Amino acid sequence: MGQKIGLPFETFEHGADIGVRGRGKTLNEAFENAARAMFSLMVEDIGAIMPKKTVHVSCASYDREGLLTAWLNALLAEASISGILFRDFTCSIEDTSATGTATGEPFDPSRHQAGVEVKGATFTELRVFEEGGIWTAQCVVDV
Amino acid sequence: MDLKKLKKHAECIWEIPQKGEMRVPGFIYADEKLVSEMDEKVFEQISNVACLPGIVRAAMAMPDAHWGYGFPIGGVAAFDPDAGGIISVGGVGYDISCGVRTMTTGMTKDEITPHVNRLIDRLFEVVPSGVGSEGKIRLTPEELDDVLVGGAKWAVERGYGIPEDLAHIEEDGMLSGADPSCVSDTAKKRQHRQVGTLGSGNHYLEIQYVDEIFHEPSASGLGLRTGDVLVAIHCGSRALGHQIGTDYLQILGQAAQKYRIPIRERELVCAPIRSPEGERYYKAMACGVNCALANRQVIGHLVREVFAEILPKATIRLLYDVSHNTCKVEEHEVDGKKKRLYVHRKGATRAFGPGRTELPPSIRDVGQPVFIGGTMGTHSYIMIGIEEGERLAWSSACHGAGRAMSRHAALKKWKGAKVVSDLAHRGIIVRTASYRGAAEEAPDAYKDVTEVVDATHRAGLARMVARVRPLACIKG
Repeated sequence: MGQKIGLPFETFEHGADIGVRGRGKTLNEAFENAARAMFSLMVEDIGAIMPKKTVHVSCASYDREGLLTAWLNALLAEASISGILFRDFTCSIEDTSATGTATGEPFDPSRHQAGVEVKGATFTELRVFEEGGIWTAQCVVDV
Repeated sequence: MDLKKLKKHAECIWEIPQKGEMRVPGFIYADEKLVSEMDEKVFEQISNVACLPGIVRAAMAMPDAHWGYGFPIGGVAAFDPDAGGIISVGGVGYDISCGVRTMTTGMTKDEITPHVNRLIDRLFEVVPSGVGSEGKIRLTPEELDDVLVGGAKWAVERGYGIPEDLAHIEEDGMLSGADPSCVSDTAKKRQHRQVGTLGSGNHYLEIQYVDEIFHEPSASGLGLRTGDVLVAIHCGSRALGHQIGTDYLQILGQAAQKYRIPIRERELVCAPIRSPEGERYYKAMACGVNCALANRQVIGHLVREVFAEILPKATIRLLYDVSHNTCKVEEHEVDGKKKRLYVHRKGATRAFGPGRTELPPSIRDVGQPVFIGGTMGTHSYIMIGIEEGERLAWSSACHGAGRAMSRHAALKKWKGAKVVSDLAHRGIIVRTASYRGAAEEAPDAYKDVTEVVDATHRAGLARMVARVRPLACIKG
């Protein structure tokens, strides 16, 4: 696939699990879209999640790649602790720490068709890079 | 995998010769077809494991091996603490102690068939499964600590199950050495509503029947006859185990630097067993194991309640409960001497042969039962540990069919609703909260479990005892 902006968020193949990829004009945007890709696995239609509640998330790691898994894992932890499925994200990265928000609502079986539960973001196929002005942030998540 | 890179020892035994930084060779137990279909990444990952300090004898891959996180799934390796041996997050995996519990019902297929629909519908109501599901058990932080220390023993003490269950669970239902202070608050918070839930992905609850017996003495030793109905539960330590894995990847990543252990893949980070970091990881991992054992114990109890309600004459007896993603301290013979080794089994099952004192008296002469989960549309198998497996792979066997197709590809190829209706036509009732999950878990997305089991048997890792077929399945 060419590295034009392409889809802002998507999933990709992995032998046993599944990859999530976010793109954007900035690193922050790529992280936001990677989060969107991950939560799109957990529900059939991420658009059916209403933006009712916002939580704050912060995380840190020892490098930029590690920060992506830390960011995704922090969101997963927040989702399972608060019982909320997220759809919208803001992310602000400074060096190897990130702060941000996640907005969504509790899972409602009457309106949401369940996808798969994501257990965590992994270091497999983990890449964060910029090419031609477009940032990409991706890794495999364990489902 | 390129067979030319391997040295063939026997039909199902292949060696990755020791070279470069490898401290020991690698061994792959599988037939030629399975080995040739394995991705090259298995070769690379087994070779990487063979480079780790303190590894004993060899790095090993079971017949269902495929690309994993650090270790391949289906990877086995033992480390000697006296020789600088390490403990690795990647050798255990994220879903700590994910495993299978199989229970007999005392009923035959003919007796149960008229009731299968009601049973599976009620089980689907009672056993929480899928995204966003929560268990009925609400725990305070102190109570959750009790779960992490007590495992299935905690569950039995709370009235979930009967004391007789415990002898039929690895470690008698409770892995010692667990210390909740080594588990992060985030991990605990993620779990406090999840005790007794099935989860999703490849986790399931299945009503099955024995359709063929291959080794009568072992089957009768386990009390199994053709036509017997069983219930199998496949799940693990849920979010808690995953969070422990995530937390310790960071901690052991730093430790590997501190102890100057070269790391060839990020998820292979590790620390010496005898280091503060290594010891803390073991204590945290033991909490994950106990969490999984408690989960399966609670779900097993829910199964008993549903059967009591719908088929009161059924008697639910725990056949055995095995774990797949563990690091366990076990005594094994090395160069004629007994040694206590830290045996990592990532997507592999412990398969002790007859006589091991870890087995309960009722099956000690038979060997340890091993449950090999197939797909919801095919068979599963019951195997038994044999003595030869000790020499080959520290008494380890395969754990499942292994995926043949990515989730992504499966999703493109099948519609979940169609998968479910096709199975219904074949007499297998599926209940699921997620059609996406059903498509990803479509039977044809997996390797042929029969080939995997056959290779395990022929390699001498474990013996085929019985084949079971699903009647009904809850997919998480």
